[in-house]
Amino acid sequence: MPQPAESAPATVLSKPTPIRTAAFGLGRLRRASRTERREWLLALILLTPALVMLGLFVAYPFVRGIWLGLLDSVVGREGQFVGLQNYAKLWNDSIFRRTAQNTFIYTGCATFLKLTLGMLVALMLNNLVGFKRILRASMLLPWIVPTVLSTLAWKWMLDPTFSIVNWILYQVGFIRLRVDWLGGPVMAMGSVILVNVWRGTPFFAITLLAGLQTISPDVYEAASIDGANAWQRFWKVTWPLLMPVTMVVVLFSVIQTFADFQLVYILTGGGPANSTHLFATYAYQIGVATGKLGEGAAASLAMFPVLFMVVLFQLWYIRRGEGGKGGA
Amino acid sequence: MAAVAGARWKRWVFLYLPLGAFVVVTLFPFYYMAVTSIRPDQEMYIPWNRPNFAPFWTLRPTLEHFALLFRETLFVRWLLNTLMISTLSTVIALFCGLLAAYALARLRFPMGGTLGSGIFVTYLVPQTLLFIPLGEVIRNFHLGDTPWALILTYPTFLIPFCTWLLMGYFRTIPRELEECAQIDGATRVQAMVRIIFPVAMPGILSAGIFAFTHAWNEFIYALVFLSSAQNKTIPVGVVSELVRGDTFFWGPLMAGALLGSVPVAFIYSFFVEQYVSAMTGAVKG
Repeated sequence: MPQPAESAPATVLSKPTPIRTAAFGLGRLRRASRTERREWLLALILLTPALVMLGLFVAYPFVRGIWLGLLDSVVGREGQFVGLQNYAKLWNDSIFRRTAQNTFIYTGCATFLKLTLGMLVALMLNNLVGFKRILRASMLLPWIVPTVLSTLAWKWMLDPTFSIVNWILYQVGFIRLRVDWLGGPVMAMGSVILVNVWRGTPFFAITLLAGLQTISPDVYEAASIDGANAWQRFWKVTWPLLMPVTMVVVLFSVIQTFADFQLVYILTGGGPANSTHLFATYAYQIGVATGKLGEGAAASLAMFPVLFMVVLFQLWYIRRGEGGKGGA
Repeated sequence: MAAVAGARWKRWVFLYLPLGAFVVVTLFPFYYMAVTSIRPDQEMYIPWNRPNFAPFWTLRPTLEHFALLFRETLFVRWLLNTLMISTLSTVIALFCGLLAAYALARLRFPMGGTLGSGIFVTYLVPQTLLFIPLGEVIRNFHLGDTPWALILTYPTFLIPFCTWLLMGYFRTIPRELEECAQIDGATRVQAMVRIIFPVAMPGILSAGIFAFTHAWNEFIYALVFLSSAQNKTIPVGVVSELVRGDTFFWGPLMAGALLGSVPVAFIYSFFVEQYVSAMTGAVKG
């Protein structure tokens, strides 16, 4: 089990441990079944608030959602059971197919770029001597600030007429004519990915940095003595040792990116001509904007198989790590 | 490690310059947000390819956008709503998470492992998977368009995180600590409340900061569950009231974006270390 917090455990362990500790091995051995039952009862009481909240607002809506996906409900009218008709409709909907394709492209490209950039930044920060704290703190701003608000700033920066990004690129000499960042399907998708990478890279960088800091410098020294160059040291030492952290960060990010809503909702609204919809924005358009609740629920549940597989994989990976000593 | 001997230029080319560029790109949108928020309209709407386009600064700063924000929108109301909703949902999440984490980390009982995994799985359920049926549930509970719609639903994505983080934290606290208290005559619950929770304070703080920023950032539930203007949160209020059809009121929008970002950024700046340890802790859990 890796440490949950870098700074925290030290303060905990430094609490003076009283002398009586030794008396305790015995007490623990004689665990009467009555104590066991009381422990079970206490656990039940302690878990109740969390389980009630999660049951009411996660498990129950989930079941409701599956049921709703099988009805033809529209806002203000009770739905009739229509079987898998909503799903069949989506399957034949060219926009939905485009949406599915977009979501995979968006998730794949953005995650790859975030990992690459995040890793580079983490490695650089790890080699930096001063300024580490201030850099780390300021770097996380895109992650702290509400995505909707920072995406608004990006929308303004990419405005077709008043784009400062165009101005900068023009001044530097990269472009001669204006670039319509959000105007065409391909550019719009690219822009959405770009903003996602901007927002998500700090998370990768900081988490990977935390992972890097747990790798002992001795390992590198040994590798250097054996004649490994920087490239080899990265792929043969850093990458494998960092794998458990990388894996979890990537899986987290895949889930977040796959189910993303705000960024596309603000930046393109799914447009131009429905070319940048993700599952969530399309589900919103069907279910909330047009009020076809049944179809909308089906569209968002379409994410479920992929998310489910990622979660299963993650659980499996964590379990495997626990089996084989702490994962690291 | 990168620069073994001397090679000062190497450090510049491979370290300082790329890092500097990265930080500039990272922070530029916020700078631009701030500049736009004080730029007068007649200066703002100059096409980028005109010679007098001066994007990086303004010579005639104005507060008209902020004035509009406060006079003609319910921004203060949104700010208070967001503050209240984030605070209350964080408190609820911490309460539930703390108790659950203690049970899962410290007590032995049948199904403990399964419940732990179950909570972990809900941690991974994105809001966008459930917003439509959850909207129905909210309506059935007669919570639609009230702050309670968010105060009660935000904990669903905060509790799993808090639980997970605090579980990891509790495991680092030596068992002897509470066992001693019990020997001294305290009950298990007393030992938990008086001994373990205070010791876990840094972890609770971390979880709280992280949860608060998450609640502050939430968008889709607020967008779907609230309808009247005076109930909205900042992200939803700014977007829905300052964008009319295809018209974006960029000045007030950026002013609102800036003011909506400052409180979280401010709180965050005081607790960077806690935030980072929560973030990395949550991942490593």
